[in-house]
Amino acid sequence: MAILHTVNKSPYEKASLESCVQRSDAGAAILLIEDGVYAALAGGAKADLVKAALADRKVFVLEPDLKARGLADQALIEGVESVDFDGFVDLTTQYDQVNAWL
Amino acid sequence: MKYAIMINEGPYNHQASDTAYNFCKAALDKGHEIIRVFFYHDGVNNATRLGVPPQDDRNITEKWVALGKEHDLDLSVCVAAAQRRGLLDEGEAQRWGKDVNNIAEVFHITGLGQLVEACIQADRLVEFGD
Repeated sequence: MAILHTVNKSPYEKASLESCVQRSDAGAAILLIEDGVYAALAGGAKADLVKAALADRKVFVLEPDLKARGLADQALIEGVESVDFDGFVDLTTQYDQVNAWL
Repeated sequence: MKYAIMINEGPYNHQASDTAYNFCKAALDKGHEIIRVFFYHDGVNNATRLGVPPQDDRNITEKWVALGKEHDLDLSVCVAAAQRRGLLDEGEAQRWGKDVNNIAEVFHITGLGQLVEACIQADRLVEFGD
């Protein structure tokens, strides 16, 4: 059973992304939303977290939240895919369960 | 697909209520069904009709009310979380001898049983919070 994980806090503020990457399974997906989008930026000090996840999981970032933070033009870590809210909804249908790392 | 939505954070804290609203709107526009939006913990503060945000800011409660009316949504507020935080409907205000009630229209006070029921009936539970 594949799970869609949502992470809404910056990895520079909380360890929720780290916990999520450590505990989620291969085949899962991680969607970065709200302040979680900071983790998607290339060259970030915590970029290795997302790169580790990309080895066997998909990583998505919510584009409206990148835009809201003035980050829409910033380079993302290679392999991270952008989605809008329509894409967020579609992801919840493509995975069996949604787990929010709050 | 049938969704149950859970909101654990008040309006204007960070972004949970806005994200949940945008998610619900996108899901409804795609033809999905939202069987219940359950407001829990500080999320119950989304239901106050006495909020007066600045005119150039969004009124989160009014947005939920409008979406609720348009799609006949069940906007459920946890009773225990609501009582602690002073969120009362007419019946609760009378019961506790308070001089005012403050629940916005469309929202209604329910209990955790309604969250469990929504989780059973829905295909997905999507949670938004702090």
